[in-house]
Amino acid sequence: MQERELRDLIADVKTGRLSRRSFVQQMIAVGLTAPMAGMMLAQSGVAMAQTAIPYKPTKAGGGGLLKILYWQAVTLLNPHFAVGTKDQDGSRVFYEPLAGWDQEGNLVPVLAAEIPSKENNGLTEDGLSVVWKLKKGVKWHDGMPFTADDVVFNWEYARNPETAAVSIASYKDAKVEKVDDFTVRVTFSKPTPFWADAFVGTYGMIIPKHLFADYIGGKSRDAPANLKPVGTGPYVFVDFKPGDIVRGKLNPNYHMPNRPYFDNIEIKGGGDAVSAARAVLQTGEYDYAWNMQVEDEILTKLEGAGKGKVNIVETGNIEFIMLNSTDPAAEVDGERASVKTKHPLFSDPAVRQAINLLIDRASIEKFIYGRTASATANFLNAPEKVRSKNTKFEFNIEKANAILEAAGWKKGGDGIRAKDGKPLRFVYQTSINAPRQKTQAIIKQACQKAGIDVELKSVVASVFFSSDAANPDTYTHFYCDAQMYNTTMTQPDPGFFMNQYLSWRAANKENKWQGRNVSRWQNKEYDEIYKQAEQELDAVKRAAMFIKLNDLVVTDNYIQPLLRRPKVSAVAGNLAVPLSGWDNDLWQIANWYRET
Amino acid sequence: MAVASIGILTLLTAAVLFGPLIWRIPINEIDFTARLAHPSWDHPFGTDDLGQDLLARMLYGGRISLAVGFAAMAVAIIVGVLIGAISGISRGSVDAALMWITDLFLALPQLPLLLLVIYLFRDFLKNWVGPEGGVFILIVLVIGAFRWMPVARLVRAQFLSLREKEFVEAARALGATTPRLVIRHILPNSLGPVIVAGTIDVAAAIIAESTLSFLGLGFPPDIPTWGRLLFDAKDYLDIAPHWALFAGAAIFLTVLTINFIGDGLRDALDPRRVM
Repeated sequence: MQERELRDLIADVKTGRLSRRSFVQQMIAVGLTAPMAGMMLAQSGVAMAQTAIPYKPTKAGGGGLLKILYWQAVTLLNPHFAVGTKDQDGSRVFYEPLAGWDQEGNLVPVLAAEIPSKENNGLTEDGLSVVWKLKKGVKWHDGMPFTADDVVFNWEYARNPETAAVSIASYKDAKVEKVDDFTVRVTFSKPTPFWADAFVGTYGMIIPKHLFADYIGGKSRDAPANLKPVGTGPYVFVDFKPGDIVRGKLNPNYHMPNRPYFDNIEIKGGGDAVSAARAVLQTGEYDYAWNMQVEDEILTKLEGAGKGKVNIVETGNIEFIMLNSTDPAAEVDGERASVKTKHPLFSDPAVRQAINLLIDRASIEKFIYGRTASATANFLNAPEKVRSKNTKFEFNIEKANAILEAAGWKKGGDGIRAKDGKPLRFVYQTSINAPRQKTQAIIKQACQKAGIDVELKSVVASVFFSSDAANPDTYTHFYCDAQMYNTTMTQPDPGFFMNQYLSWRAANKENKWQGRNVSRWQNKEYDEIYKQAEQELDAVKRAAMFIKLNDLVVTDNYIQPLLRRPKVSAVAGNLAVPLSGWDNDLWQIANWYRET
Repeated sequence: MAVASIGILTLLTAAVLFGPLIWRIPINEIDFTARLAHPSWDHPFGTDDLGQDLLARMLYGGRISLAVGFAAMAVAIIVGVLIGAISGISRGSVDAALMWITDLFLALPQLPLLLLVIYLFRDFLKNWVGPEGGVFILIVLVIGAFRWMPVARLVRAQFLSLREKEFVEAARALGATTPRLVIRHILPNSLGPVIVAGTIDVAAAIIAESTLSFLGLGFPPDIPTWGRLLFDAKDYLDIAPHWALFAGAAIFLTVLTINFIGDGLRDALDPRRVM
């Protein structure tokens, strides 16, 4: 999609010919995020919609106990240390950011009085600063007032490398200063098109200065408040057992009227996805369960009990297969899969193209994931075609056979193709998760029919996704020919998402395999366009660049997208839960209530 | 009882050995039109959620599960009896040293060690005998290496009591050498509990293999051992009970019959049996 087409679409939204929602959906389909789409609209003069989150109760309290189930338990309650979504969600009960992202890419103010825009002088033309106005009258749970000092403190806290905050990336390149007690200015060192990162959403939760000021830097892990949060949120901390349970009770001084609805909240951790689904949908013991990585067949069956329903919201997460562009068998300078090598099989474009044709995305969607994923090729160029999606990718064994035959891969006596003495045989790994093993089986069978022998390997998830530099089985080492996982869009800005294919971000020994480019795919054009996009202030031009980047990645066939994975959760029948795919599950916990 | 068990076990073994020659549906033939089909003439054991024939998978998986079970038992028994016998018959420092080793093995944390062993040797064995063969050798050795200690202790305890018995003293008085004492007199008398322990080991090895598969350290995920079939089926218990039932029944029958056979063997081999 070119810049001009994007502008046409935005013009359509302006004149009302295209709804905001369908514009956002089209942007997601070409690999962008809803927040990015919202930014584009805002810059082009289409104001962010005022999100009306439905809320019926007319007084706070009276809702009894809200029971939430996280099958991976919360382990800490400081949002700046929260690695996994479970910890972020646990923190979100007590802490709040200045604003959050709704499903359609609108910023929704929480601790901010209003969303910065050019109209209210919150944003400048040069893209170098943002001014946030804070809500007045907000109190911390211990009665202290919430002010601009707290916001500035969070920046100092998170940007200090010795604090070792996971949110450091959102804060280190900015400068934050207090204008008055309820106004802060964020200044960037270079024009920053995506300004709503610091203090917003997942990494934006604000912790109180008066409790953490003594624990900045190296002592950060010793703060008693790490385990006993004092925030501004709708619930006040009661009890926390790491790895087991978080308890809270209604905050009588909450800054939004008539909220929260529930008197007590409990987040129980542990178990597995299937039993969590059972506890909400079948037995009704719990009200909400997060991250339902369960076959749709089972979910549908459980929903039949009538106790609850499955809730699905769109996200930017993608389940995909990556083919190694380096040789995992050769060892160069003490590391395998070095960027100095080339993969003996996949360096032939015909092999990559054939594998792309051998992935039966439609069946994988239909028979394994059902409602919980949608097949995607994600390299579509025109928005009209995006709408008739799920038909662009192809599953065609004969064509794959023909391509391989033409490229000189001939079948041997054992039915396996070979060329120059190299048999078409590779190892394909993923984490242990029933739907993934089934996907592996389906792809293996199709490959077999095309004369490709696939050896399957599955690694337990806690090892596969660990950041252990000594373990060769992690996904970042990628000492394997092909692997499959779900890459999540943790930040609403695609800039962070797309940096995973930059040449200089290749995971290697030097960076202890922390580099984001796990596939080691290298492309000069990609690097160049990315650098331009970093500096591009015009949101529309920038979006066009990201779409181009996306196309470069997927048309080269080293990266093979399979399915878009939405956020799937199980919700009790009478519970009203406003969810967003671009923010934490509990981002609107203050607005949860039970229909009576 | 034991005779009936031998019959059933022979039948099971014969089925997994020769079954795939008769039942020729491939184990990984995916057929989405027959997902989770209940048992029928086309699929006597039904199908799983990819429409793969469960009978074919059971037969193929049985080979691996039974082979792992018996081979691991053999390793455990041989090592256990050897160490237990040496330690039981010799006195002093050899006994103490061997028991220290036994204690050491009992105290080792199994899982981290397993991880280590598999990381160290997996690639080496894979290049040598192929992915399935390599994993088979590794699993048999690993399970064997962690199961011999109870056997060694049993054998040693038996030896300590038996070697003071009158018939052993009588044999020694008649001038029997130590090896002869051990092999002719003490070992046969101490084998009863060992056989029972061994039969339990077969069951434990089948289960241990499925644990390893679950952790991703066992056979590749598309190889349907009985343990893996059971693991895959557990989420579908209320939708497709047949999936878990057949694999579960096979493990159950194998373990039960082996236990009965063990009981029978002990009775049959008991030297003090009254005819």
